[in-house]
Amino acid sequence: MTAALNESAPGGAARQAAGLPRLLPPAPEDLRGHLARYGPAPYRGRSGVLISEIEASGLTGRGGAAFPVHRKLAVVARARGGRKVIVANGAESEPASRKDELLLRVAPNLVLDGLQLAAEAVGATEAHLYLHHGPTPAILRALAERAAQRLDRLSVTITQAPPRFLAGQETALVNRLAGGPALPTFQPPRVSERGLGGVPTLVQNAETLAHLALVARYGPRWFRSAGPDAEPGSMLTTIYQPDGKCRVVEAEIGAPLRSLLSSGADTRAWLVGGYHGTWLPLPQAASLTLDHASLRQHGGALGAGVLVALPADRCGLTEAARVTGYLAAESAGQCGPCLNGLPRIAAGLAELAGSGHRKQTRADVERWAGLVTGRGACNHPDGTVRFVRSALTVFAPEISLHARGQCSATNRKPFLPLPDGIPTSEDDWT
Amino acid sequence: MALTEMAEKLRVNPIACTGHGVCAELLPELVALDEWGYPIIDPDPVPVALERDARRAVAACPALALKLTRQ
Repeated sequence: MTAALNESAPGGAARQAAGLPRLLPPAPEDLRGHLARYGPAPYRGRSGVLISEIEASGLTGRGGAAFPVHRKLAVVARARGGRKVIVANGAESEPASRKDELLLRVAPNLVLDGLQLAAEAVGATEAHLYLHHGPTPAILRALAERAAQRLDRLSVTITQAPPRFLAGQETALVNRLAGGPALPTFQPPRVSERGLGGVPTLVQNAETLAHLALVARYGPRWFRSAGPDAEPGSMLTTIYQPDGKCRVVEAEIGAPLRSLLSSGADTRAWLVGGYHGTWLPLPQAASLTLDHASLRQHGGALGAGVLVALPADRCGLTEAARVTGYLAAESAGQCGPCLNGLPRIAAGLAELAGSGHRKQTRADVERWAGLVTGRGACNHPDGTVRFVRSALTVFAPEISLHARGQCSATNRKPFLPLPDGIPTSEDDWT
Repeated sequence: MALTEMAEKLRVNPIACTGHGVCAELLPELVALDEWGYPIIDPDPVPVALERDARRAVAACPALALKLTRQ
């Protein structure tokens, strides 16, 4: 499925008033169109200069963790030694997310500008692009056009990410770039201190770099003209409506979620933040806004901006059980609690989503959820548990129905997207 | 410098840990085992009275997965 651009998306008028979209051009843009719109990348002439502007902008990472971008930049810029690495992370290994894929297709030059500008800011000597599908025609064309005009200071090496949920995790990315499997490692040290080949490595999500390229051109004040003070700017979201259509929408942070997602009688519940995110009940969730502060109050997380309005004719419990099975299979199998806990949690949820279940199953799932939390080298157990716990809460009435052999769904067709043929932790990670 | 800033914490590298359980045997005050045999570590700083035992547990870990780290 190819995600559509966002002209026909909900909340169009409000987004236009906020000066959006910022990142997505009306049609895919080659280098000529990109230069006509933005001009050449505004290099600062030396490392460090851009970092204070990024700090003033309040830009945070758009890959899911929402970490302040300037702090990672500063760590790598400060590090001693001649070799430093920068990586644009476009792995987008969350199966429901399509925003980086779309961005890299329609505005590859904005991401590549951001990569080069951030490289200058931290003094990087080596630039990489990490992509889910490997080199796409749009990326190859952009790189070739830029090379012909000698626009880039660093040449860019492309590495393909394996189709695994954790492949885009920072330490897994570094391991893959080093030629090994895309498996997470234990931190510290952080990759910003000791990453690829043991040198300081700046990993930024592709969308984050596109925002950075715009802050470098228009400044922090412009960036902060959209979004709340505490979480300025816009973000790309991947939106699934009950009609099954998937759209990538650039939304103002702080926008009412109901301006983006259906909350009517056609909608059973919302899933916000993707498969490490949170199920939210309606109508209670209808007053929430698209920002971390609002969602945190409900135990939620924005993640990489996947927003789903589950159709009213589907069973949320069945959907949650299916995704949890996938998440358990995507454990790297390296940490004992995750290796042991996630398959049990998934089996428990599958039992709850079946017809009739043992009395202790729900309590078992909750105990295992508590046992795996905070005990992985990466955040996979914690994210999975966030998803599972919210499902247990929001779909509690459904659990009771299933216990009596019933189900409220009238449509059994799976809704949430998963890759075909889920691999197991023994399968290839390269 | 306050005492708490000097204190050390026990930390396990969950990738390296293979669940031998030696740590829980030597240091039951700070380490419990979950139902699969993997250690659940007390997140608080190691009390002075247990520092010796903690060091022994770290040294005895067959997977070298247990560490004492300054905060």
